[in-house]
Amino acid sequence: MNQVRKIMGIVWILLALAAGYYLIISQAIPKFESSKPEDKIPAIIYAFILTPIIVGGLSIFGYYALKNEYDIYEDKEHHLHIKED
Amino acid sequence: MKPTSLRSVIAASSVGTMIEWYDFYIFGSLATVISTKFFPSGNPTIALLSTLATFAAGFVVRPFGALFFGRLGDLIGRKYTFLVTLILMGLSTFLIGCIPSYNSIGYLAPLLVLLLRLLQGLALGGEYGGAATYVAEHSSNEKRGFWTSWIQTTATVGLFISLLVIILTKGAMSEEAFNDWGWRVPFWISIIMVAVSIVIRMRMKESPLFAKVKAEGKTSANPLKESFGHKLNFKFVLLALFGATMGQGVVWYTGQFYALSFIQTTLSVDVAQASKLIMYAIVFATPFFVVFGALSDKIGRKWIMLAGMLLAILSYRFIYTKMFEAGSIKHKTELVEKREVNTINDMKETISYYEDGTIMKSSEKVSADGNPVIKKSVTLDKASFWKLVWLVFIQVFFVTMVYGPIAAFLVEMFPTKIRYTSMSLPYHIGNGIFGGLLPAIAVFLTTKASQANDAAAKAGKVLPYDKPYLEGLWYPIIIAGICFIIGALYINGEDNRVED
Repeated sequence: MNQVRKIMGIVWILLALAAGYYLIISQAIPKFESSKPEDKIPAIIYAFILTPIIVGGLSIFGYYALKNEYDIYEDKEHHLHIKED
Repeated sequence: MKPTSLRSVIAASSVGTMIEWYDFYIFGSLATVISTKFFPSGNPTIALLSTLATFAAGFVVRPFGALFFGRLGDLIGRKYTFLVTLILMGLSTFLIGCIPSYNSIGYLAPLLVLLLRLLQGLALGGEYGGAATYVAEHSSNEKRGFWTSWIQTTATVGLFISLLVIILTKGAMSEEAFNDWGWRVPFWISIIMVAVSIVIRMRMKESPLFAKVKAEGKTSANPLKESFGHKLNFKFVLLALFGATMGQGVVWYTGQFYALSFIQTTLSVDVAQASKLIMYAIVFATPFFVVFGALSDKIGRKWIMLAGMLLAILSYRFIYTKMFEAGSIKHKTELVEKREVNTINDMKETISYYEDGTIMKSSEKVSADGNPVIKKSVTLDKASFWKLVWLVFIQVFFVTMVYGPIAAFLVEMFPTKIRYTSMSLPYHIGNGIFGGLLPAIAVFLTTKASQANDAAAKAGKVLPYDKPYLEGLWYPIIIAGICFIIGALYINGEDNRVED
């Protein structure tokens, strides 16, 4: 399963990029171009809050998965991050 | 710890958190009245302030509250931090109820509402993590899911109490009096509840695990840096967000807020009946938060939460189809001979009666721009009402599965010295941002589908969407779907015991 976890890391990175493209092109830009002032707030939220969380967060998550950071071992001590503090 | 003193810990924490949710929700539940008092339509600046009050407080500020108070909680302690969040929330709520209307003080009124709403969001961002951590650090490993599940009931109970207080206040006075000043009463009531809760919380002691860490001098010097600057913890913050709280947030908002909005807008059910319907569903489902919290102590947290998500993903479209069939007048037969039509000035009022006992009142008025404005209000018959209660209950049941064990799950992911900070941020991003954006995105998807159908109908083409009212559900289905896969693959269901 650790091999699947690693390979799926690529999927999360690609998904992050696709979501970022959708949020900016389909959601944020049309709202920035809208004449209604109340559309500006959702546009700012999509562009500067949601996009960084999804693109940044999910791609870092994918990168960590690719680097075997989320591998699960039978040996609990190996996995528990709180033991390593 | 003795069960009796543990019960008082749970009670002190839960009551305070419940009051904070109550404070947060009454603003949303009274949004229509508030908008007429502080955000009158037709003014673009006011419209902008209104959108800010809705979006910024609910989405953006909550994670900042999580960071600010989380850091404080990991530095000085849980008890004093969540006491501060309670005072901040109580005062902000009370003061919203005291602000003179836009007609009295002009732009200052919406600006003050916005400021206080932002403080509410900030306080809520700090409260939940503190309460969950505080209770969890008093509990034994064997019963942590059970004890923390009481905290998990507070959001739903807070919503229930807010609806109840509004209904009771409305019932105690005329509609004119309620719209004039009575809407302020639910905000004022908050200060009494908060005062009682503060007295109870003041008597509580600091969490034993935090007190031990502090006595040993092992508290974190910089909780933000340790939580998010070190890969060892940051990777678990990301896993908590993408593998648990993101899916939990959308299931929570669909089961309670989207269901309410669907019943009120798509089915045009009368506001009071719709609120009553949600309240019944909440009352029947709430005990399951504790059931699933306790069950998670026996069989683990992971698969209960993921099963709730999977059931939601698979059944949402079916449930909303059934809700539409039960509540929409398109599926009912009108008794045309009983129809009553009255014209008062330039307004045409129609009362339609249906075979099953449903009644619909509609009013039609021509607006200033020449377009007709139609308002509908449906009062459902008993059978349809209870069918909808049952269908909403199923959705809240899924909420209890994903939400009941999640406090224990999050607490167990992080060490004591940075727990408050580390668990609060993914929780509030999952709920506040992924969940909080649900109504806006779902309405956008539904409107887009309806517009495409209208355009196709005008052009004489085949309608692209069979059921446009279901399109909004793709957002929670996709987000919960991704979360389910990440959770199933990457969460280790075995290592969930807190040891420092």
